Amino acid sequence: MQKLLKFLKPYKLELILGPTLKLLEAIFELLVPKVMANIIDYGIARQDTGYIARMCGLIIILVICGMCFALTCQYLAARCAFRYGADLRSALYQHINKLSCTELDRLGTSTLINRITNDVTASQTGVNMFIRLASRAPFLIIGAIVMVFLKDPQIALIFVIVALLVGLLLYFVMQKTIPLYSENQKKLDQIARHTGENLDGVRVIRAFSRQKQEVRKFSDECADLEQSMLAVGKISAILNPVTFAIINLGIVAVLWFGGIHVNAGALSQGDLTAFTNYMTQILLAMIALANLIVVLTKAQASSLRVAEVLETESTMQDGSEEINLNNFNNPEEFAIAFQQVSFQYENAGACALTEINFELRRGQTLGIIGGTGAGKSTLAGLICRNYDATVGEIRIFGKNIRDYQLNSLHHAIGYVPQKAVLFTGSIAENLKWADADLTESSMQKVLEIAQASEFVNALPQGAATHLVQGGRNLSGGQKQRLTIARALAGNPEILILDDSMSALDYATDARLRTALREEYPDMTKIMISQRATSLMHADLILVLEDGHCVGMGTHEALLASCEVYQEIYRSQMQENKKGAEI
Amino acid sequence: MKNIIFRILTYCKPYQKYLILTILCTLAGVSLSLVVPVLIGTAVDDTIGVQNVNFTGLGRTAILLAGTILLSAIFQWLEALFINRLAFGTVKDLRSELMAKLEEMPISYIDSNPRGDLIARVIPDIEILSDGLLQGFAQLFTGIVTILGTLILMLTVNIKITVLVVIMTPLSLIVAGKIAKLCHSSFQRQSASRGEMGALTEEFVGNQKLVKAFAYEQRAEERFAVMNQELSEAGLKATFFASVSNPATRFVNNLIYVAVGTVGALGAVGAFPWIGVMSVGKLTSFLAFANQYTKPFNEISGVVAELQNAFSCAQRVFEVLDADSEPDDSDHEVLETCKGELEIRNIKFSYTPDKPLIRDFSMHASAGQKIAIVGKTGCGKSTIINLLLRFYEIQDGEILLDHVSTKQYTRDSLRQQFGMVLQETWIFTGTVAENIAYSKPDATREEIEQAAKAVHAHGFIKRLPEGYDTVISDNSGLSQGQKQLLCIARIMLRKPPMLILDEATSSIDLRTEHRIQRAFEKLMQGRTSFIIAHRLSTIRNADWILVMQDGNITEQGNHDMLIAQNGYYAELYQSQFAG
Repeated sequence: MQKLLKFLKPYKLELILGPTLKLLEAIFELLVPKVMANIIDYGIARQDTGYIARMCGLIIILVICGMCFALTCQYLAARCAFRYGADLRSALYQHINKLSCTELDRLGTSTLINRITNDVTASQTGVNMFIRLASRAPFLIIGAIVMVFLKDPQIALIFVIVALLVGLLLYFVMQKTIPLYSENQKKLDQIARHTGENLDGVRVIRAFSRQKQEVRKFSDECADLEQSMLAVGKISAILNPVTFAIINLGIVAVLWFGGIHVNAGALSQGDLTAFTNYMTQILLAMIALANLIVVLTKAQASSLRVAEVLETESTMQDGSEEINLNNFNNPEEFAIAFQQVSFQYENAGACALTEINFELRRGQTLGIIGGTGAGKSTLAGLICRNYDATVGEIRIFGKNIRDYQLNSLHHAIGYVPQKAVLFTGSIAENLKWADADLTESSMQKVLEIAQASEFVNALPQGAATHLVQGGRNLSGGQKQRLTIARALAGNPEILILDDSMSALDYATDARLRTALREEYPDMTKIMISQRATSLMHADLILVLEDGHCVGMGTHEALLASCEVYQEIYRSQMQENKKGAEI
Repeated sequence: MKNIIFRILTYCKPYQKYLILTILCTLAGVSLSLVVPVLIGTAVDDTIGVQNVNFTGLGRTAILLAGTILLSAIFQWLEALFINRLAFGTVKDLRSELMAKLEEMPISYIDSNPRGDLIARVIPDIEILSDGLLQGFAQLFTGIVTILGTLILMLTVNIKITVLVVIMTPLSLIVAGKIAKLCHSSFQRQSASRGEMGALTEEFVGNQKLVKAFAYEQRAEERFAVMNQELSEAGLKATFFASVSNPATRFVNNLIYVAVGTVGALGAVGAFPWIGVMSVGKLTSFLAFANQYTKPFNEISGVVAELQNAFSCAQRVFEVLDADSEPDDSDHEVLETCKGELEIRNIKFSYTPDKPLIRDFSMHASAGQKIAIVGKTGCGKSTIINLLLRFYEIQDGEILLDHVSTKQYTRDSLRQQFGMVLQETWIFTGTVAENIAYSKPDATREEIEQAAKAVHAHGFIKRLPEGYDTVISDNSGLSQGQKQLLCIARIMLRKPPMLILDEATSSIDLRTEHRIQRAFEKLMQGRTSFIIAHRLSTIRNADWILVMQDGNITEQGNHDMLIAQNGYYAELYQSQFAG
């Protein structure tokens, strides 16, 4: 929470001036009944029409000033809140960009998106409302107590008691309801998730004819939510009536004791009218505050969630060196070397990779093969330094991977993800992800190497074609080819293809591999695949199973010695053989 | 508008009793609270000055006042309880009905409407409707009762000043209306800006690992900052304009207060004989009334905006409820079981009328045959599945199952004959066991484990923290291949007479696929099965292969025949094993 207060610091002016203006408005508003009391006591009593007219003029001036103060306060509140929100949002986003994948996994991306969008907005609304409204009720109460005290300290005691009782009531209701509100929100989230799952699985649900059960389950969840909402409602329902009762009973007390004082001559009838008027105004301000409480508590919960992200520090230390291959001339040095590398995901029961060793020279190709969940993508992630190895050392171009600046490292690596993700924007804009200054001719070249130029140029608008979110208007194979082109556009030293040719037919796959070999002889390539045929020509093949390296070598060597590789290869070659027979 | 209100009221019907009780309690609570200022005025009139306080009168009024206050508070409390029941109950029913409606909507409706938009209708729209019902109705009703009640009370005190007040009130309404108009366009800009911001965040943060891999952070932050600035400015404007409304109307109300005070005071002095003489206590009450009378106008202008919002949300909900469901087929025959002989005769189908997809498609599958469908993406392979399971209805021709048109049967019973595994896996939030048993809710744990073992999923399930009782969801860390295995296990458990496998093993590595192949073979024995795959090895053993291009069959036959034909299939086959 401390973290967030920092973001309010630049807006001290608004934060001080806003409530001050509110205070002035409240004072002016309290003066109105006071002046009215004077009209009653002096104007009416002395039958002085001139006095009455003058006083009414005064009230009008007070009211106009009051409005001006209020408007200025509203503006300051909005300005403070929205600038605070914008600062916070930017800071949060920048902070997320600094987090390593370990923290991203822990927090989860969907939560992070929610926090940037909804939670920041809620926190911002809270600031706005706080400046505008929350300060009003306390000011009115304090102001009223002061005004009454000056006239009649004993009656002021009634105001103090009323204020204390209302304060206690508010505290009690908030304390009881806040945890319940957040529980209800969780239930609502669950209903939202269930709705989404039902839409996603509509075909499966209907194929199994489970509609009725789904509706019943959903109705049960809704009924459960209804019950919890009623439970909170029961508590919060007492707030307004009890406030009403406390304050109005306060008025009764003021009237009774005030009557005694009037009788004794300590108080005038006009004062008594003013006192009751103060009470009424306090009541109205309290009811406004009570309606605000839900907004403020939501804002507080949201602020805590935002603070939680800001307090999460990246566990990864950035290095200081840049990758410079001018000093990397010795052909005996390795481009990538794994030395006894083991890796375990946070909170995982077992290692995802165990004691991996390999060495790869510049320009060589490493093939990684293995079953589902063998650790292939994890290994690729370690080369990108998404995670740090738990044990062992990874060396890139002769230096420990941790010595490099992450930025420099990522520029040197072209990564093609397993899931072909493209971004909203044109094809050209997507290709410029790795290199903002990509020229037209380089763009054509990488498209060609990625076997994508044919279909891109066939599009009516070519590379300027707009991609809908995630490239939904392209086929899986087309998307994969564009993601490969995108990685090549950065002219990387190391290219990682994480099973990113699975949607290509065998012929395109082969053409692509040939083009890569011929066009980028110096590029170190890491290819993850499930097809042995795609990796056959690699300089080194790593066979992974359950995170262990069960075989390493060239295709021929593995075929001779590695049982798992033999099995994989045989299962695929059976097909080939059968294909060849025909 | 009227229709929507009426329609919302029909949903309140089961809670009629609460609606009536709410109205009665509001009437009682508000009326009693209106009496409070009158009694305060009476009390003030009893305290005229030094040694001139009527304590018996004051005492009586004080007791009466206390009683009125307590009673009013109790009624206000009851009102809140009843309206909660009314609003939350109505919302629960509406939500359940909406979900039931979605479950019987044609698939085309769900396919063609953005997922987020449909969820928005079920969750935030109904939430806003609930708030509107709760606060909007309550405040509107309270406001109206207050205005009418105060009007009557003011009339009993002084008709002429009352007229003055009534004449001046539209002023505050006009001011509020003008401001609301100003706000509208700013609010629209704000929500558009917020939408863009959300989309950008979702894309970038959702793919954070890619952003990192491309060292794109800085450029992403720049784009983010531009949009953030826009959002902040739009929001500032909208919020400020909206917040002007309250002080402005309060200003107008204060003017009314002053006018009443001046005229009343001058009346009390006797300067305006036509007004009549008022006592100080009466003036106090009247001032309180004037305050009370104008306040609800403020609130109502706020409530109207909220109600409008609630109504537009209600309309979005009703749009879904009013859309056409799949036609009722409960009078159709229920298909208990079938042999699995399928014939497709000259069917025609397209998703959009201007883009014909399947023009004239026929085929025949004898019971127990294995039919493979091959072709490029978008050639209509998956459409055939949509038509077989009647997710979409054919536009011409017929599909016969055991020589009977599938339209004769209920959709549910027809679909139950198929076991379907799609490329896009569907895992819902629940335990592994629940996910597998989705096809057969009464399956025993033993059956579930058997099915999992058959597809070689038992091993990885056992390694999960709580085995079969581990709660999983679509994004709980299972790999795509593992999810596919669970989906296949569902079918293993159920063993329906016909199978449809649409790229069912695309994310499973070859070695595992080979291992479960045997289980598949066993399952397919004697069952008519349709297989869509791009791995030709899966297809080669099929009894009959259909090669589709642009919605039509261009080649068909068994593997050897097609290779001999040396057409598209042969080309495809060669390319897969060329290198």
